Amino acid sequence: MPAEGGQQALNGAARRALDAVERTGRACVDSISAFGYGAALFAESFFWIFRGRSIRQPVRLTMIFEEMMQIGIVAIPIVTVLSLTIGVMLAIQGIYTLSLFGAESRVTIGIALSVTREFSPLITGILVAGRSGSALAARLGTMSINQEIDALRVMGINPVRFLVVPPLVAMMVMLPALSFLSDLVALFGAGVYVSLDLGMSLPAYSDRVIEVLTVNDLLHGLGKSMIFAVLITLVAVVNGAGVTGGAEGVGRVTTRSVVQSIAAIVITDMLFVFVVTR
Amino acid sequence: MGVEAVNSDRSVLVEVEHLVTHYGARKILDDVSLKVYEGEVFVIMGGSGSGKSTLLRYMLALERPTSGSIRVLGRDVVRSRPSELYELRKKMGVSFQSGALFSSMSVGENIILPLKEHTDLDLKTMEIMARLKLEVVGMAGFENLMPSELSGGMLKRAALARAVVMDPKLLFGDEPSSGLDPIVAAAIDELILRLRDALGMTVVIVTHQLESAFKIADRMVVLDSGKLLVTGTVEEVRNSSNERVQQLLNRRVDEVELDPEAYLKRLTGA
Ligand SMILES: Nc1ncnc2c1ncn2[C@@H]1O[C@H](COP(=O)(O)OP(=O)(O)OP(=O)(O)O)[C@@H](O)[C@H]1O
Ligand SMILES: [Mg+2]
Repeated sequence: MPAEGGQQALNGAARRALDAVERTGRACVDSISAFGYGAALFAESFFWIFRGRSIRQPVRLTMIFEEMMQIGIVAIPIVTVLSLTIGVMLAIQGIYTLSLFGAESRVTIGIALSVTREFSPLITGILVAGRSGSALAARLGTMSINQEIDALRVMGINPVRFLVVPPLVAMMVMLPALSFLSDLVALFGAGVYVSLDLGMSLPAYSDRVIEVLTVNDLLHGLGKSMIFAVLITLVAVVNGAGVTGGAEGVGRVTTRSVVQSIAAIVITDMLFVFVVTR
Repeated sequence: MGVEAVNSDRSVLVEVEHLVTHYGARKILDDVSLKVYEGEVFVIMGGSGSGKSTLLRYMLALERPTSGSIRVLGRDVVRSRPSELYELRKKMGVSFQSGALFSSMSVGENIILPLKEHTDLDLKTMEIMARLKLEVVGMAGFENLMPSELSGGMLKRAALARAVVMDPKLLFGDEPSSGLDPIVAAAIDELILRLRDALGMTVVIVTHQLESAFKIADRMVVLDSGKLLVTGTVEEVRNSSNERVQQLLNRRVDEVELDPEAYLKRLTGA
């Protein structure tokens, strides 16, 4: 009897270990297949953009404009406020840090580079992931549960062309645009603080900024925005389309989509910087 | 046998052969075979959860079967390329059980969408066509409402209007008249017959309602737990000697459980 009990305990532990291995394996397979699905969606989107018209299934420009409105134009106020705040914050921190070496006057170079190369694309990316990525995931999730995606398919309307391409294109145009706006506003905000604190005139500040910034720095930031745009859209679509379990499931995939896209943005940012800067 | 002889000169629009399907590990449809002939109303009858909607999804090529073949309008939909499915789907109309109207568009926009995507008509003409179809399903004047502002029955009727807006050769309807009040339900049944007679449409209807099925069907099948019990005309189904069919027809509940041990096992989940 005791021997049997021991045997059972061992079996229990072994089974739990096996279960854990199986769960890990399944999670790996799932994430790899999600990755592959995202890549396939991206490729298919380009097919519709470039070949859709020739097979009489064009991507509708009006839908792209509507998305651009929602993703970009409506987000301008909040991007402006956040960028202004971050500009001022960077100026304060920069001046404080440099004052330790008595080099406050060099603060412009730090501000100009960190805003254009890092802060603007990152902040706008995270903001748009929270605003528009979540909305897209929720919309696709709801449509999928309501069988609206099936309805599209049986009507002969390709869901990728109809539902994925418009937000993807809009995102790839508007995120760099917002990021550029954020560059301008943050640099302006920092400039105002610097001119007040260090007594540097605003024209002198902007001359300094233009002097230290290269086209390369700007493109570095805007290029990243473009990549973030693709990540946000694909993460939202993969999550939204894979919804299960009713309205509760929609909530779950929406949250997951935001978390995953922000993680993807930050990690990709680091990899990008590592590859490009070194 | 008799039916085959009568129909042998008409073309087969939908042909399902030995269809077996699974959701995960669960077998849902088991060796289902049927033929739908041109110009008939074909009804798929069965109790709740018997696999009717599932069968429809496979005919619409929304899922890939485990085995078996499905031909629609002469095309093997399981092995069709996307471009072939696209051409095929322009000739079919579908109304889903829940309506599946696009919630971001008004009723009118919903109905116009297939026209917008597949024709070069100008907007005015499309709007007139949409109103015409809404009129037909008894929903004139509702084109500017959003789907969230409609009742369940109105959603179904709007979905039916959207399904027929392209005047498809083949119409699929999942419970188009279930859950509606008797008058509207009867009107929908009339409409289906009119589509067949006036436009020569071939119609496949899924329903669990006996009266409706018997009223509209030219031929029908009865599905039970994923298996076909009978196929035939209304008369043939009515006179079927299959015990389970008679049970369904006469609304008798299942026989008393014969095996108390099995019953206990199920309850305790052992
Ligand atoms: N997406 C799905 N995943 C897993 N199982 C499913 C799915 N859809 C349906 N099923 C299962 O398939 C079986 C048949 O479902 P189906 O929707 O075809 O029934 P039905 O005959 O249309 O019923 P009703 O008259 O209630 O609409 C049910 O047992 C259901 O649990
Ligand atoms: Mg059903």
